[in-house]
Amino acid sequence: MINVSKWKLRSWINLVTLVLLALVPLLVSLTDNEFYLDIATRLVILAMAAVTLNLILGYGGMISFGHAGYLGIGAYAVGIPTYHENYNGFTHFAIAIGGSALFALITGLICLRTKGVHFIMITMAFSQMVFFGFVSMEEYGGDDGLVIESRSEFGGIMDLENNTTMYYFCFVCLLLTIYLVRRIVNSRFGMVIQGAKGNERRLQSLGFNTYRYQLACYVLAGTICGFAGALLGNFTSFISPEMMDWSRSGELIFMVVLGGTATLFGPLLGTTAFLLLEEYLPHMIDLVYTGGGVFWQFWFGILLILVVLYMKGGINGFLSRREGGN
Amino acid sequence: MDMTLLAAQLINGLQLGILLFLLASGLSLIFGIMDFVNLAHGSLYMVGAFFCATLTQWTGNFIWGVILALPATALVGLLVELIVVRKLYQRDHLDHVLATFGLILVFDTATQMIWGPDGIVVPLPAWLDGRVILFSDIVLPTYRIAIISVGLVVALGLFLIVTQTRLGMRIRAGASNRDMIGALGVDINLLFTLVFALGAVLAGLAGMMIAPITEASVGMGNGIIIVTFVVIVIGGIGSIKGAFAAAMIVGLIDTMGRSYLDSLFKLFMSGQNAETSAPAISAMLIYILMAAILAIRPQGLFPPKGR
Repeated sequence: MINVSKWKLRSWINLVTLVLLALVPLLVSLTDNEFYLDIATRLVILAMAAVTLNLILGYGGMISFGHAGYLGIGAYAVGIPTYHENYNGFTHFAIAIGGSALFALITGLICLRTKGVHFIMITMAFSQMVFFGFVSMEEYGGDDGLVIESRSEFGGIMDLENNTTMYYFCFVCLLLTIYLVRRIVNSRFGMVIQGAKGNERRLQSLGFNTYRYQLACYVLAGTICGFAGALLGNFTSFISPEMMDWSRSGELIFMVVLGGTATLFGPLLGTTAFLLLEEYLPHMIDLVYTGGGVFWQFWFGILLILVVLYMKGGINGFLSRREGGN
Repeated sequence: MDMTLLAAQLINGLQLGILLFLLASGLSLIFGIMDFVNLAHGSLYMVGAFFCATLTQWTGNFIWGVILALPATALVGLLVELIVVRKLYQRDHLDHVLATFGLILVFDTATQMIWGPDGIVVPLPAWLDGRVILFSDIVLPTYRIAIISVGLVVALGLFLIVTQTRLGMRIRAGASNRDMIGALGVDINLLFTLVFALGAVLAGLAGMMIAPITEASVGMGNGIIIVTFVVIVIGGIGSIKGAFAAAMIVGLIDTMGRSYLDSLFKLFMSGQNAETSAPAISAMLIYILMAAILAIRPQGLFPPKGR
């Protein structure tokens, strides 16, 4: 089972990250600064999306450039019923799960017929399709988005209006997602998915219908990401098609790659690093030359290119090289 | 049906198709030869538009602006290839996508640093700004016809370069077997750089030609690049002929869908329903088209031979 004495640097960093995240509400109540709880909630929700993207992209080799679409579908599954004054959380999350599963199934059936670059572009195009679909729905704000006035109601079970409850609900969902991915990756199903990434033809000749396995994996990842989207919709209280723009999908990919693809905690580390950069890079640049902070994305872009060119395996790869291989 | 409107929409559709072709042909060549996915292709479109805007202001003439902006855009393409893209050929598609996504951020922010956040209007010379009268009752804007003509000439030129010249022969050879033409003594790095710069010029030209209509603005390439992807996926990645056919199809369907889908829907549903559903469906039309074509032919309409 768990043998702490054999733990390496990576495991400790993962543990410390999790413990810190678990303690965020406590730390926030000590410093009395709600702002950090805000960042932490966003982090946890986006990490959940990144973990699901890693399942198909990292383990399965299916480079989806449309993953933010599911966040959007999930968010609108909260926004649209609330607009019609249906505040039932069970309904919201059921729509989020059902809607994103259906979308993943329909697009997956088509996307997975293609490989490589085609797959990247088609997933991207389908999420743009959803993007434009929501943009043209003027009833629900169209381009301008939709304000969600209250969070999903779960009767007496929990009160998401309480920010700490909201945070812990998201955190538990993240932990469950990571655990689920761990179980999947180590299962027979997960082995087929990972095998198909390495050599699909060989698996097919062994008698596996890789298309079906990949489709199941693709739908699962999309569904959980849709769930994360429903959390995001609850959290942000304002949703717009912009949240499923293809650049959002690109950012999700960056989070996964920055942390380390095909690793269990990589997406969490990557999301953490990403959000910290997004939050503090402008301030850091402003320190170097005043007024430069607004253009932080310039340096962020350069950093992204450098990570791709020179940091193979992301943060996780870096740590494992520090440990001396393995 | 209003013939003037129909003619105007046809021209708009063809003009969009031509722009998409200029973008798609470069993107498709780059992918076909170097197996490189370039998300930042739209940035070169934007850079072309901004160069053209500034040079038009300096020279006071749009035509000179275009003529001078073309080599300037080629230079940017050249630098991007030498500094970043060259290091990526050996990597997988995921790395291509991410690094060029980074390039988009760099280009968009750099453009904003240099030219400011607002768009720049590019004035047309009087002789291009007028209207052409066809058959007494059909009036068409001169400039859109000019765009289509320029695009067709470029398409023809590109076709001749690819099929008739030595460079084109190497491009085709590179597309079917990269390693072999390297082994036969062709300087493959030079070829890659040239093709990348050519793609940059084509994308830049598209940006220059649209700038007088929409003005040059930060991030203008990010929307059209997705439609360009749809075009090359439909046409078959790596094929110029496919890029041309698909660009025209997509340009026409997109434009026609936006103007006529609601009338079409009204034939079989209530006016109210047609008016709410038509905008949504017409915005998604090209993606639905792409899905349908891929469901039947996953490799696109005109996949290049020998691969």
